[in-house]
Amino acid sequence: MDVKRVKDYLYWLYYQYQLVTCSYVLEPWEQSMFHTITVTVLAMVVYTAYVFVPIHVRLALQFFSQIFGPQPEEPSSITNRH
Amino acid sequence: ILCDECGCFCIRRHTHGCGLSQRVSKDRSSKPVNKISAACINHIVHNGGLYKRPFNEAFEETPMLVAVLTYVGYGVLTLFGYLRDFMRQWKIEKCQNATEREEQKDFVPLYQDFENFYNRNLYMRIRDSWNRPICSVPGAKVDMMERVSHDYNWTFTYTGRVIKDIINMGSYNYLGFAQKTGACQEAAAKVLSQYGAGVCSTRQEMGNLDKHEELEKLVARFLGVESAMAYGMGFATNSMNIPALVGKGCLILSDELNHASLVLGARLSGATIRIFKHNNMQSLEKLLKDAIVHGQPRTRRPWKKILILVEGIYSMEGSIVRLPEVIALKKKYKSYLYLDEAHSIGALGPSGRGVVDYFGLNPEDVDVMMGTFTKSFGAAGGYIGGKKELIDYLRTYSHSAAYATSMSPPVVEQIITSVKCIMGEDGTTIGRARVQQLAENTRYFRRRLKEMGFIIYGNEDSPVVPLMLYMPAKIGAFGREMLKRNIGVVVVGFPATPIIESRARFCLSAAHTKEMLDTALKEINEVGDLLQLKYSRRRLVPLLDRPFDETTYEETED
Repeated sequence: MDVKRVKDYLYWLYYQYQLVTCSYVLEPWEQSMFHTITVTVLAMVVYTAYVFVPIHVRLALQFFSQIFGPQPEEPSSITNRH
Repeated sequence: ILCDECGCFCIRRHTHGCGLSQRVSKDRSSKPVNKISAACINHIVHNGGLYKRPFNEAFEETPMLVAVLTYVGYGVLTLFGYLRDFMRQWKIEKCQNATEREEQKDFVPLYQDFENFYNRNLYMRIRDSWNRPICSVPGAKVDMMERVSHDYNWTFTYTGRVIKDIINMGSYNYLGFAQKTGACQEAAAKVLSQYGAGVCSTRQEMGNLDKHEELEKLVARFLGVESAMAYGMGFATNSMNIPALVGKGCLILSDELNHASLVLGARLSGATIRIFKHNNMQSLEKLLKDAIVHGQPRTRRPWKKILILVEGIYSMEGSIVRLPEVIALKKKYKSYLYLDEAHSIGALGPSGRGVVDYFGLNPEDVDVMMGTFTKSFGAAGGYIGGKKELIDYLRTYSHSAAYATSMSPPVVEQIITSVKCIMGEDGTTIGRARVQQLAENTRYFRRRLKEMGFIIYGNEDSPVVPLMLYMPAKIGAFGREMLKRNIGVVVVGFPATPIIESRARFCLSAAHTKEMLDTALKEINEVGDLLQLKYSRRRLVPLLDRPFDETTYEETED
């Protein structure tokens, strides 16, 4: 029974997606084209997020830890640079 | 309360700034108000003293998310529209729409404007929800011919089957006089056997029957006016009589949502037309004031006549005209009032005499009372009522009096019988019971829909009930789903409404029983859940408090 409920819910979600994007009134070939485009765009967004978000998060963490974190002693950093 | 100082109406005497004396209101004294209309904002909102009954009219704001999603939907459809147009142009797919002939190709394009694009690429996709042929009397239930389309609504074929007993929520059958049995039908049949169906002449020649005279006397008595005249077509009553009443050098002040017949009549008249915001008395007063202060453009001569055009019930918004205020303004500025009671006659008021009766006003205060027999009376045609001089003048000068064939006698008899029934002159209380039934049905249906969480427009007493759908795909889906559940509804989209405010419009009838309404409501509730139509956040915006932008109608000045 639970599987059926999940299936119904998914179908309902799909129906809402169709209504909001108006793919409900498109012809079948237009629909498949529209779905292909949507799925492709979504997949690319997800993939890009998967690839780049961890890097950005790491950089951001580094950046913020440099600002707010414990700072190295001033003189030593100057000496290091020379 | 009549304000002593300025003659305008307000409850809080002298706390407002009045336009005529240009006083600055006390509560606004920190900011100097120099614009005439800006100073009058307060007293219009507090005009309740003019009304004998509560006037509850609200238009809920479109939720922001819904508006954005609606535009997204139109965006998708427009993109695919361009794609399809491109394919049609390069002969990738068969072009089924109208195109220019080969020898016309080098001239100005005929089918490239937005309306044609919309018809071809948006309307065509959901066209199956409109123009469905029915094959029975359009009473409370109706039979519909089944039709299918094999080429995505470009053409339809009839399967030959009939969908029986659909609950009819779309016909303007307010009092349920669209019947194939009963007193009206019997009387009409009798007259048909006596006079035949056609008259074959105009009223001014051999087409003036005793029945027409009887009808006009009856209608005048029904309306409470001196004299009345009947016409064979409701639309033509407006579009042909306004040009007889006003002309060049006259000014027409027209509500922005007036029906096409009024718009056409106003344009044909050659008078200058200015539009005021829907049911917005501030806007109307400003236009009236400007018209009197400035007169005609360039010459600055005073206008010959100023005619205010309003409707009783606006058929797309379900709103009722603020007649007490309109009449007050009309009297104050000495203009004329043309009231189109197409939807309201029979459907409003304790005795079914329309919007004048509803507000308990004097019919003499309305100069031109226009209405139709097509809706509440279940017949065809229109009428104009008013002073005897006005009607005598129209009899001579109106195009639809001089050139139109006179009304068919059985139709006239249908009107006579139904009007007599409403007035109680047939010796029964059926008419009065129907008027009450309609009022009850209206209140019940509107209340239930509001409780369910739909966005419903208009006045709580208006039997026209618009339910907002917004998204283009939902227009088609709503029509189809309701028909699947055996309920016939009217869905409305652009160009009849603004592009994002698509709606379904229910018209209630005295013929609807409580069971029918309950069935309809149950199905509407179900479809509303399925399509996620319950947008209401119960944040009601009364029409008067809508932002009033002074610049929007400046462009109508010539």
